[in-house]
Amino acid sequence: MKVSLTVNGRDRVVDVAANTLLVDLIRSKLGLTGTHVGCDTSQCGACTVHLDGRSVKSCTVLAVQADGAEVTTIEGIGTTDALHPMQAAFRECHALQCGFCTPGMIMSAIDLVANAKALDEQSVRKGLEGNLCRCTGYHNIVKAVLLVAESMPERT
Amino acid sequence: MSDTGIGKSVKRREDLRFITGRGRYTDDINQPNQTFAVFLRSPYPRARIVSVDPSGAAEVEGVVGVFTGKDLAADKLGDLPCGWLVKSKDGSDMKVGPHPPLAVDVVNYVGEPYGVVIAETLAAARDGAEVVVTEFEELDATVSLASAMDSAQIHANVPRNLCYDWALGDAAATDAAFERAAHLTTLEFSNNRLIPNAMEPRAAVASYDASTEEFNLITTSQNPHLERLILSAFVQLAPEHKLRITAPDVGGGFGSKIFVYPEETTAAWAARRIGRPVKWTADRSESFLTDAHGRDHLTKAELALDKDGVFLGLRVKTRANLGAYLSTFASSVPTFLYGTLLAGQYRTPAIYVEVEGVYTNTAPVDAYRGAGRPEATYVIERIVETAARELGVDPAELRRRNFIPPDAFPYQTPVALEYDTGNYGASLDKALAQAQYSSFADRRAASERRGKKRGIGLSCYIEACGLAPSQLAIQLGAGVGLYESGEVRVNPTGNVTVFTGSHSHGQGHETTFAQIVSDKLGIPFENVEVVHGDTGRVEFGLGTYGSRSLAVGGSALIKATDKVIAKGKRIAAHMMDAPLDSIDFTEGAFSARTSNQKLTFGEVAFAAYVPSNYPTDLEPGLSEKAFYDPKNFTFPAGTHIAEVEVDPETGVVDVLSFVAVDDFGHVINPMIVEGQVHGGIAQGIGQALLEHGIYDETGQLITGSYMDYCMPRADDMPSFIVDTTVTPCTHNPLGVKGCGEAGAIGAPAAVMNAVTHALGVVDVAMPATPERVWRALRGA
Amino acid sequence: MYTFEYHQPDSIEAAIELRTEAEDAIYLAGGQTLIPTLKQRLAAPSDVIDLAGVPGLTGIKVEKDRVIIGAMTRHAHVAASAEVAKAIPALAHLASEIGDAQVRNRGTLGGSVANSDPSADYPAAVIGLGATIQTNRRSIAADDYFKDLFETALAASELIKSIEFPIPKRAAYCKFPNPASRYAVVGVFVADFGGKFRVGVTGAGPCAFRIGALEAALSKKLDPAQVDNIEIEYDRFNSDLHASAEYRANLVRVMAKRAITALITG
Repeated sequence: MKVSLTVNGRDRVVDVAANTLLVDLIRSKLGLTGTHVGCDTSQCGACTVHLDGRSVKSCTVLAVQADGAEVTTIEGIGTTDALHPMQAAFRECHALQCGFCTPGMIMSAIDLVANAKALDEQSVRKGLEGNLCRCTGYHNIVKAVLLVAESMPERT
Repeated sequence: MSDTGIGKSVKRREDLRFITGRGRYTDDINQPNQTFAVFLRSPYPRARIVSVDPSGAAEVEGVVGVFTGKDLAADKLGDLPCGWLVKSKDGSDMKVGPHPPLAVDVVNYVGEPYGVVIAETLAAARDGAEVVVTEFEELDATVSLASAMDSAQIHANVPRNLCYDWALGDAAATDAAFERAAHLTTLEFSNNRLIPNAMEPRAAVASYDASTEEFNLITTSQNPHLERLILSAFVQLAPEHKLRITAPDVGGGFGSKIFVYPEETTAAWAARRIGRPVKWTADRSESFLTDAHGRDHLTKAELALDKDGVFLGLRVKTRANLGAYLSTFASSVPTFLYGTLLAGQYRTPAIYVEVEGVYTNTAPVDAYRGAGRPEATYVIERIVETAARELGVDPAELRRRNFIPPDAFPYQTPVALEYDTGNYGASLDKALAQAQYSSFADRRAASERRGKKRGIGLSCYIEACGLAPSQLAIQLGAGVGLYESGEVRVNPTGNVTVFTGSHSHGQGHETTFAQIVSDKLGIPFENVEVVHGDTGRVEFGLGTYGSRSLAVGGSALIKATDKVIAKGKRIAAHMMDAPLDSIDFTEGAFSARTSNQKLTFGEVAFAAYVPSNYPTDLEPGLSEKAFYDPKNFTFPAGTHIAEVEVDPETGVVDVLSFVAVDDFGHVINPMIVEGQVHGGIAQGIGQALLEHGIYDETGQLITGSYMDYCMPRADDMPSFIVDTTVTPCTHNPLGVKGCGEAGAIGAPAAVMNAVTHALGVVDVAMPATPERVWRALRGA
Repeated sequence: MYTFEYHQPDSIEAAIELRTEAEDAIYLAGGQTLIPTLKQRLAAPSDVIDLAGVPGLTGIKVEKDRVIIGAMTRHAHVAASAEVAKAIPALAHLASEIGDAQVRNRGTLGGSVANSDPSADYPAAVIGLGATIQTNRRSIAADDYFKDLFETALAASELIKSIEFPIPKRAAYCKFPNPASRYAVVGVFVADFGGKFRVGVTGAGPCAFRIGALEAALSKKLDPAQVDNIEIEYDRFNSDLHASAEYRANLVRVMAKRAITALITG
């Protein structure tokens, strides 16, 4: 089946089988390997991308369901020279070690900061419920997300 | 001093690729013309393989081949070995059950691979695997650790499933100590089975070039050289020089990626067999079933004290689960990494420990973050805390009374180790202050007013890291030396490529090792590149585990750097026409004390490669290698304090605060060290409250996914308070000790001491799940 | 995942027709349960009928006495809805506690209720509020809807269009999440319809159910202590490695008390 979608701002038409997952389209068909697969039960969140602006587990969306949608992956939010503030905060706060969960964690964190009304430590921890990290104990991840949240203008 | 030097929290250079999605993990790598492997796995804990009929799979479009253990055996592939020989107390060797890479006649745990389907696509391989018809004859299985020695015999050469019956210490002296005791404290408990769960599942991309007879195996390994050695010397897949193993970015290991596993081995073999690259990436479900698990002990411990609360003797009897087969280092974990640590931070004069290592029809058990040392700490720190409560002595005070004092080092323990240095009281004092220990009663009262129960618990742990003097280790049964190699290759333009046998899978070596070398050479941090994880580029290495990278691998780099400087001095002396012993090297420049001449490091490097004005008796080039073999273990130690609140209605335990004060000796990058401590603590809290690998009585793993195996999430954790004290290691050039495992070692006992304190009970089994805590409160 | 035919019908009628005609078709709503099931090869439907293109299944409408939520409305939408938060804050709160953020961004009300997972959150509200399930062919009262483990009153091709939640005077939901999966081990929804109470429980049994005795007791006197005056039969409760039936019975009591307290204090 033909799927037309915008990935990181670029229009793509991809031929996939009906049972292809969005994450496989991203990794195998488009070669965007920054999005990772860490489990097979839709729990770990390593595959988190933005689908029409909201965080989703790309291992739990069929590629055909993304037809006509806008997909943003970790490769689409910033570059080494112009990091997204969340990427910069992760580096600044040492919020990553092995780096495997990091892309998904960053994509979730961006959605969290963009859509939560007010964030404190507890709500950041709760808001990252859908992402597992085995290295950091989450301490510095929470710090990084709060750093970005605090720099955002007040929302009402 | 530069802001990238030793002691500075330099931001990690590896981060840029990880945060932009440009990491390169094994599954990100593809080879032209590659195929995909799916393994055939046992659904039974123990069964005879009567027949395997692959004909259905052969008809599935895209299936390239189906192979079983018999095919590997026909190619004379050897067993997967265990690299550490442990002897029983009667002097006999441990009994090793045969462990072919793919099961041939009998499968011994659920998930054990006995065959592989290779296909053009992953989907075709899955389809093919589904239609292979295997007839099994189910056999009686031994699942329970408690009854393993009186249950079905798993390996024909291992009666009672007893791999070894090991002991350490002086039994008679310990018995005598118990006779003199004024007080005895006894505890029986289990140390729960854990499943490592590095976020990146194991994977392999294997290829074989028939024209050169060379294998290229890209895989998720913490120690590619060791894997090469084992695949060559024991499995006999290929000679070492025909086998290149690369571990690119590796997404966490925690021990589980030290070992040589069936799947990676089979992928490499199959690449030669079919003449095409073979790729395999584990599903998380496969990781749960087949990554080596951790811990899983049953222990009875007794502590003898005199009337003043001074420890007289410790007696420990442990049964350790080894799983169905001995994994790469399995035998050493509940023995040399456990029994030797039972002195803890204390002057206990007599200790005797006995360990039965037994086989069960479960996944192999091997080193997982801490490996033996969390279990030892749990024994000591739970029983010391319990003794304090029984005696009505403040647990901090009882510990202080028994600490090895700072002036007693080096200190020989009754269980083989000699501690080089430490100041346990200093860590304890700092941790008590950080935890506001003295005002705990007020906080407890406040909790009580809200209907909650509050507890505080200490854990004064010690660990032996930086594995270890090779000669001693080999005497004790290790099959390999435990040194590390390093190479400092100075390029003609003065920048440096560093090669290390350590392997980073999250620890940040590319940053820390560059800090060390650039600091030592006085050159910019940016001018040092660190290469690791490739047997084709790095000479040799023993990899990263046991918190050894900096203490051993870093020391090798210091040695190599010293050689570079020494040679540089000879070149500089010649160039400046000054006596060699008048040459100083500071801040990146060679200077002659006899004149005011100076040469930069870059100028000397250039001269080494363009030797016009150059000593005639000196080889050109400026590249030095070193092997560093440690003189002793290092002994990081510290105090961890957990404070918890229990909801008596639901049994939920909330970790309110966690303080860790650790003595890692000198610290190269405090930011990275803190991160290591955080991660370890989370795994330790996970063990205490959340994580449990459970096999039901039929031998099925019922915690085989994240739906049932409770991985710590962000909202399960508090923010941590971490601090350090410093007594530099006395026997390595950096004075460092290692920090990777401290959190996982110290935390479980601290949390469980806090939980039992809150509940007013002697013990709750780990993990202290809500239902267990609720039942403990009801006395049921 | 096995292969299947994928369809994206543009009307309810077309969806029903596909479902009826195909050998073994299944509706796809948010997919947060279905896709994991397919990935594990635990189901092998011949056809997957994606409801995303069917108009009229999405949205929230608040009327005088009820809140009507389209079946394809995502959990995140309900959780963030100011209208729901005003009319039935407990329902918005419940939606905000389902799964995790990513799941809430995809999962739908209709998908959850049609699946009737014993540990799903929404069924507690459907029962607790006495909601009405509007399908393509009829209205089903909550009390007639949940039948057993993953079993509902829905016929094979029947499709939920929307669910109507009566607006109570006040309500509260308290959940004890499974520490691993974050599904409800037990969730209790208590609603006050002007002195008449409904109590819906999820997680404890094979499907969501009411506790009539507690409803009666609360109607006599609104007090968390009423929980202690009733029997909780747990013979048929779920029992697994996370919670025995007996412990679940305790959690029903504790969550009920907390929900009643929350309902009283607002």
